[in-house]
Amino acid sequence: MSVINNKKIKISYFPGCTLKTTAKNLEISAIESAKKLGIEMVELSKWNCCGVVASLTSDDLMKHLAPVRNLIRVQEMQKNKLVDEGENRLLTLCSMCFNTLKLSNKRIHENNEDLISLNNFMYLEEDYEGEVEVIHFFELIKEIGFEKVKEQAKTTLKDLKIAPYYGCMLLRPKEVGLDDAESPNIMENFIESIGGTAIEWEAKSRCCGSYHTVNNKHIVINLAKSIIENARKNGAETIITTCPLCAFNLDSRQKDIIEEFPDFVPMPIFYFSQLMALALGVEEKYFGFDDNYIDPKKILEEKGLLSN
Amino acid sequence: MPKKLKFDYKGSEFLDKIVKLSGEIITLCDQCGTCSAGCPFVEEMDITPSQIMRKVLIGDMEVMDSQTMWICASCFTCTVRCPRKLDVSKVSEALRQVKLRQAVDKMDISDISAEEAKRLPVIGLVSSFRKLTG
Amino acid sequence: MEKIGVYLCQCGGNISNTIDLQKITDHLKKNNGDELIIKEFSHMCSGAGQKLITDDIKDQKLDRVVIASCSPHFHEKTFKAAMTKGGLNPYVMEIANFREHCSWAHKSQPEIATEKAKDILDASIAKARMDFPLEEKIMPLGDKVLVIGGGVAGIQVSLDLADAGQKVTLVEKLPTIGGKMAVLTKTFPTEDCSACIISPKMAEAQAHKNINLITNAEIENIQGHRLHFEAKIRNKARYIIENLDMDQCLICTKCVQECPVTTNNYWEQGVIDRKAIYIPAVLAIPFKYIIDPDTCLHFKDGSCNICEEVCPQNAIVFDQKDEVVDVAVDTIVVATGFDIFDATEKPVFGYGKFKNVVTALEMERIVDHISEKPAPPRKIGNRIAFVQCVGSRDEQVGREYCSRVCCMYSIKLASLLKQAKPEKDIYIFYTDIRAFGKGYEEYYKRAQKMGIKFIRGKPSHFEENQFSKKVTLTVEDTLSRKIIETDFDLVVLANGLGLSKSTDNIIDFLKLAKSDDGFLKEAHPKYKPVDTLVEGVFIAGAVQGPKDIPDTVTQASAAAARVLATLAQKEFKLDPILAFVNQEKCDGCRLCLDNCPKEAIIMNKNGKAEVNEALCLGCGSCIASCPTEALDLYSYTTAQLYNQIDAILNNKQENETRILIFADDSCTYRLADALGVRKMKYNTDTRIIRFPSSGRITPNLMLYAFKKGADAIMIGDCHKKSLRVPWTSQVALQSIKKTNEKLVEAGVEGDRIIFHEFGAGDLNIFINKVDEISESLKTMDKITSETKEKLCQRN
Repeated sequence: MSVINNKKIKISYFPGCTLKTTAKNLEISAIESAKKLGIEMVELSKWNCCGVVASLTSDDLMKHLAPVRNLIRVQEMQKNKLVDEGENRLLTLCSMCFNTLKLSNKRIHENNEDLISLNNFMYLEEDYEGEVEVIHFFELIKEIGFEKVKEQAKTTLKDLKIAPYYGCMLLRPKEVGLDDAESPNIMENFIESIGGTAIEWEAKSRCCGSYHTVNNKHIVINLAKSIIENARKNGAETIITTCPLCAFNLDSRQKDIIEEFPDFVPMPIFYFSQLMALALGVEEKYFGFDDNYIDPKKILEEKGLLSN
Repeated sequence: MPKKLKFDYKGSEFLDKIVKLSGEIITLCDQCGTCSAGCPFVEEMDITPSQIMRKVLIGDMEVMDSQTMWICASCFTCTVRCPRKLDVSKVSEALRQVKLRQAVDKMDISDISAEEAKRLPVIGLVSSFRKLTG
Repeated sequence: MEKIGVYLCQCGGNISNTIDLQKITDHLKKNNGDELIIKEFSHMCSGAGQKLITDDIKDQKLDRVVIASCSPHFHEKTFKAAMTKGGLNPYVMEIANFREHCSWAHKSQPEIATEKAKDILDASIAKARMDFPLEEKIMPLGDKVLVIGGGVAGIQVSLDLADAGQKVTLVEKLPTIGGKMAVLTKTFPTEDCSACIISPKMAEAQAHKNINLITNAEIENIQGHRLHFEAKIRNKARYIIENLDMDQCLICTKCVQECPVTTNNYWEQGVIDRKAIYIPAVLAIPFKYIIDPDTCLHFKDGSCNICEEVCPQNAIVFDQKDEVVDVAVDTIVVATGFDIFDATEKPVFGYGKFKNVVTALEMERIVDHISEKPAPPRKIGNRIAFVQCVGSRDEQVGREYCSRVCCMYSIKLASLLKQAKPEKDIYIFYTDIRAFGKGYEEYYKRAQKMGIKFIRGKPSHFEENQFSKKVTLTVEDTLSRKIIETDFDLVVLANGLGLSKSTDNIIDFLKLAKSDDGFLKEAHPKYKPVDTLVEGVFIAGAVQGPKDIPDTVTQASAAAARVLATLAQKEFKLDPILAFVNQEKCDGCRLCLDNCPKEAIIMNKNGKAEVNEALCLGCGSCIASCPTEALDLYSYTTAQLYNQIDAILNNKQENETRILIFADDSCTYRLADALGVRKMKYNTDTRIIRFPSSGRITPNLMLYAFKKGADAIMIGDCHKKSLRVPWTSQVALQSIKKTNEKLVEAGVEGDRIIFHEFGAGDLNIFINKVDEISESLKTMDKITSETKEKLCQRN
């Protein structure tokens, strides 16, 4: 194993509200997997809401306060030596947090006047210096090398046909996307690193319906159904995601899909981190399978990946 | 019967307002329809995203009564495909804001059943409030 | 004392209505002796005005002439001719730019304009006092032309030139000439067969006694400039014997029949296969076999030599080597054409991934073979969609421009298909149909009449059916506002056009410029459309921008005419504005050698630097590196520039501010002209001095300017990509750095020197830059006279 591959990383980590409530399974499995890869995710002290959904109008500077406050927390983490020296990055797991924080950071970075206004407004805080970089867990894995994940894997998810679901927030808009907006491959590479088979499918970045799940759930039912059916048509046995809202729409909403379309055949949905934890030999209690709606164990047992 | 639309200063003012709020130069729209064809929500909409752009451009304020801007969930599919690099999702947001700033909310928390409220992820609740209420 | 004629042009009021010329005359008389002959006239450029000069040269025995009139870019040539007519060397004349740089720019402030005019004129007179006669060196011109690219443009240029008696070397990278046109099935709007039109031209080019045709070749290097070029051409091996006396190969096809390797024929756009030994097309010129070493098994692992064995003529030579030839020419025509947009850059359309998504060029070949018996090489279904603007008018892939030909070729392909197979159901998805040419709109209408359906909308994405391989296309019909989702058997992409990749090397060798669309930039879009910014290099065809065949041929003939007009002069005059070395001052330190990328400076036998005038471009970038001020530039000598700076600041009052603009002649000076022409106001504290390029400026000149009262200096040059001489701004930036160090040493505060690269359209940027300087000067203290003394030793 190369020297670089053995490097330990200690990095600021932003969980966000949902990872502490309905998506605990995403967080716990990711943290434990990260440990196996030499990554210590240090939770940001005093973090607040990421801002949820980037504000898009030109006169909405105040809506960027919440995200920027979090970025100041990262500066503090550095100053208090709670993370690696010079580590100015903020690690995210939730796609929505990733997108919101990164878009705000970008706006502030490009408009010095906005940075000054926000800093002036938050006079009780230390100034944000504009040097924090927001990254997603996938980018960190890519950096340490998919090869390393492969080397560390205890179980290979051979034969499991996985549809990588990017959704919107990892890829769009282009200036914050972590890969090519129209032909990404980072999740495919990830799937291969844990020994799974990534399927090629059209709906990989089709919107799941997002927050319409709250007051217009039939939109989500239609979209989620079309996404799952597209995955199945292309041979997938499961879909992986990194967004708690996508996960809810694709997983929990299958209950509503079945109510409306009794012939619908359910499909288990995983967080990417759950399968990574399985591959890396993390203890089963950290998989968090109990929080998944469609039984995730069945397919794994069928494939002999999980003993029943 | 089609109504005649008068081109007057009100229409131009409306366009200017949306251009300013969205930061998008709507007069650049070529009406190629790429945004509409790629929109995953288009079947839920009463008029297409490219129609939104057109109506704002000609100052047709009836656009404010359309549901399209409320259906748009800022998935940015149109944003990454527009050949003129216009961001239609920003125009939708601007139109929503015009309404929301008149204190007209699009959803009411009391509509969510207790059972659903328990099930729904926080991220969904917060984002729908952020997009659909003022 | 030298006698100087000073002529004040009223320009029919354009100057005299703003600038008080009487005041100017009074000012001159007050500050000068009777060596000045001052005259005012309504139109100096008129015959009568010119006569005034020629008569005075004779009658008054003038030694120098200064004309206060419009910009030298309008009438410098006129007045030079008058000088010659009067019997004076044209280089002892100066033009004070009263109109563009003063009366028009500051029209609303006549008093201030008059004050500025005094400075401009004083500086011109100061410069004129030190003008000396220069001779234009005469260089012989030959009749040799290199034409790069053997498409329709290159063939047309070559034939026109060869017919006119010039010696043409025509170089093509592929094994056959004919270019993209030869690949097309038929041409719009007449539907005559493309091959039938171009193949006689191809044969003529091969047979012409004045054309040396080199195919399957690569240009490895081109050196030289200004009508003297040397090209190194690699003629790649075909591995077939070339015998001038007897054609050894009889094209008996035995080798092809036996060759075991089958691969895509690129000329057929992959629609038809070929062998590793092949002739790309029936109409190929030269009609010669070639072995493709990339696929041939012999070259891969030595496992096969069947062709060699079966050839009855022993014409196959596997160890044939590439031949490298050097060609010396007087002019070059670049006609390297276009590449179609690589549709894999637009992954939503699935090109390269979906079997039934093809490019328009592939479709040309499919349609060309459509009626072949017993069956065409590629079967296509009945429902066919054409998708317009793929890699055109799409900023997501960085292509803002319209490719001009795609609407028409799609209409053509659809029409041909419909005529050959009426059962086909054909749709064209477009954003705008651009049918601008002769007979084009009528052709479009004919297609509509045939029942081809035009749908106004751009598809967002395609999907491929796994089993049927049909392509599902989603599009908004923007006229009915219906979202259409439907299957097609074949989708044809109307790929846009971009500069051919093989042009990039040529651009590097010749230092050509690109315009914003990525195509080659012409010297002037209106009146020099086939010239480039490099003397002796011309362009023809799609290399300058997307073009249809008639436009390409027209432009090719135009380029040929421009070459002929250049070569017909039999000789050319070398602009005498060149660097020179004052041999006495030169101490042989060799520092200048590294500062001339053209390598125009050599060391002579006395161990001193000397300028090779045939190579020197007159940019002046070598001068700043000379520690002894031995290097200098004719017409912009160091002494002249000191004098000009001195004079232009001489009338400055204590409370006034001066922003000196050292303007390069090609861009910044002309930009200031353009501001004047448009009557756009800018800061009246500005004083403009003309420079050949920003590279001519030295730290000493700048320090001297500050010493003499300049408060700030703006240095302008061209955008890097459009620079005739691309290194000048680097030199300027170094000079600025040195000057700033000196300023800091002397205790001068603030950023007082700014540098900017201006484009032709940067009118407002110019104005804003000046305003920014002016604003920032308000926050700085004036440079005190004690400080000024420390700046520069020269008085």
